[in-house]
Amino acid sequence: MKELADLATSASHEAAPPPRDVRLRIYARMVEMRDFEKRAHDLFLQGLVKGTSHLGLGQEAIAAGFGAAMAPGDYTFATYRGHNHTLARGVAMAAVMAELMGRAGGLMAGKGGSMHLTTVGKRMMGSYAIVGAHLTIANGAAWSAKLRGTKDVVVCFFGDGATNIGAFHEALNLAAVWSLPVVFCCENNRYMEYTPISHVTAVEHPAADRAAAYGLSPVLVDGNDADATYAVAVAAIARARAGEGPSLVEAETYRHGGHSRADPGKYRPEEELQAWLSRDPIPRYRQRLVESGVDASTLEEIELSSARAVDEATQEAMASPPPDLFVVERDVWADGGSSWRR
Amino acid sequence: MTYRDAVAHAIAQEMARDPSVVFIGEDVGAAGGVFKATVGLLDRFGPTRVVDTPISEQAIIGAAMGAAMTGLRPIAEIMFSDFFAVCWDIVANEIAKARYMTNGQLALPLVIRSANGGGARFGAQHSQSVENWAMAIPGLKVVAPSTARDVAGLLAAAVRDPDPVLFFEQKSLYPSRGEVPDGEVVDELGRAAVVRRGSDATVVALAAMVPRALEAASLLCADGVEVTVVDLRSLVPLDVTTVAASVAETGHLVTVEENPRLCGWGAELASIIAEEHLFDLDGPIVRVTTPHVPLPAADALEDAAMPSVERIVEGVRRSLA
Ligand SMILES: Cc1ncc(C[n+]2csc(CCOP(=O)(O)OP(=O)(O)O)c2C)c(N)n1
Ligand SMILES: [Mg+2]
Repeated sequence: MKELADLATSASHEAAPPPRDVRLRIYARMVEMRDFEKRAHDLFLQGLVKGTSHLGLGQEAIAAGFGAAMAPGDYTFATYRGHNHTLARGVAMAAVMAELMGRAGGLMAGKGGSMHLTTVGKRMMGSYAIVGAHLTIANGAAWSAKLRGTKDVVVCFFGDGATNIGAFHEALNLAAVWSLPVVFCCENNRYMEYTPISHVTAVEHPAADRAAAYGLSPVLVDGNDADATYAVAVAAIARARAGEGPSLVEAETYRHGGHSRADPGKYRPEEELQAWLSRDPIPRYRQRLVESGVDASTLEEIELSSARAVDEATQEAMASPPPDLFVVERDVWADGGSSWRR
Repeated sequence: MTYRDAVAHAIAQEMARDPSVVFIGEDVGAAGGVFKATVGLLDRFGPTRVVDTPISEQAIIGAAMGAAMTGLRPIAEIMFSDFFAVCWDIVANEIAKARYMTNGQLALPLVIRSANGGGARFGAQHSQSVENWAMAIPGLKVVAPSTARDVAGLLAAAVRDPDPVLFFEQKSLYPSRGEVPDGEVVDELGRAAVVRRGSDATVVALAAMVPRALEAASLLCADGVEVTVVDLRSLVPLDVTTVAASVAETGHLVTVEENPRLCGWGAELASIIAEEHLFDLDGPIVRVTTPHVPLPAADALEDAAMPSVERIVEGVRRSLA
């Protein structure tokens, strides 16, 4: 915790705070993410969200900070813990909720599920559930953006556990060698599924300590401080957009709940959990906004409207029918079908 | 033109036609490929579009995927098809499933070329025929040409295809020669070719097994047995129509497969013919395959393992007996 306290003072106050409107947007987004995921969890416990779901409760400051720093043309690649990154791109809550519930109105009509949220129209290029693989795919989008002469940047989020898989190394090296406009953001929430990352990793900071291996500077940020994640995102994205190559950011954070489903996360020491709960990014940010002169009614309005939006999204998702079964054999190939023979 | 030169010919044709076509792989640019199948492309199209990569199969295929979903039409090379195992996650979980999982939002027009199969005495890790791995994955197309002409036409078609295509070049065929017509050559994926006609049996073969099947057909012909040889050319789409029509005429089906026996492509074909055309058959379906072994290195052993002309002749006779 000591080094995190240091980080909080260094990273967030180095850069000038974001303008008031950006801060309010970030706050609103974090509140929506929190409300949305709490509702998703309730619905999971009620058996309405099926299969699995991986919540980013407690990690919102990363998705919201980066989301606010990205331009509409920038691309997002996320993991199965991707609800917040999807909402960060302005994807409709109801469609995400319906996808979690396996309904026809879902983002992918029920064919993807919680772990594969994708909205190409908003440049949310997918949520990937094989640890580490999407770092290589993010490179491809960045390479393409560069070749096509656009100024679009790719931001790729992944967990601490992904830093120990081969694809991480292959992707970081290639991104550096090709000087790709990609920002890799490791959300270090200290755990893989159940095992602490520190038990299985040779260095203390699983991403930042490896940056040097790719000729990159280590960037470590307090992932529970939305001003700090925003500042780091702005800098890394600007660097990528200017053609100066990739960045590897490690954002230190903690998930409030378990890894997935109904995991209570009991493998984590109580003091550790309490310490991190006291660093909850949302009340922390709220307090900072109040201290900076934002009046309480503005914040309350944000909170009320988020609660309303989640209620409406839930109702809309519940009203959506189950998927038509014919979609099972649709869209395997570009002809729209699944026929492999003639 | 050689089979090898037809590779560079087709890539050049497509790169010249469409600026979104790019080509990446290990040693493919400056060196022209370890099989010299891509000589001249770097000089002609430059280092932005023809790119030598690190030895990072996952990064190569991932880059192709990310590029394909954002407006490019990449061609990636996996030097030896055995190395698909190193990046199979990206091929089988990421590329193959992307369109489906996203309900059609992601399109991946990309080609992965690879040197496949035995005959070069390279041993078990550089010789396997893995086209049946690819065939087992929904969402991929699988092509394997037998002639220089088909390399040209099918590779061009693969590049233009809106789906991800795994393109298997049989490495022992690289020096083989054949006519490639002048001008643009583009075929359609999923059309088998009847390369010899005979009324006694239908022999279906792929890639390097096609010339062997043709040789077997000549030997059988000298004995008065007339066989049809079908070059399947692609496994997905699978041209069942052409095979079934031939079996309806001959009443006998023999597959010649370089892949190891279990779950080889001929097993699928045999099951379809048995299920849908049983009463066209006048004898057992015979599969001539590499036995279910990794390929050995020594020339005598490798030759003994891969389907030989003699084994094909014997297979046809068994079907006719
Ligand atoms: C290649 C691979 N191995 C294992 C898994 C199973 N798995 C899913 S999530 C996970 C933990 C990943 O931890 P981390 O990268 O820290 O991400 P987090 O879940 O903490 O966000 C594991 C082991 C997987 N999906 N893919
Ligand atoms: Mg983790």
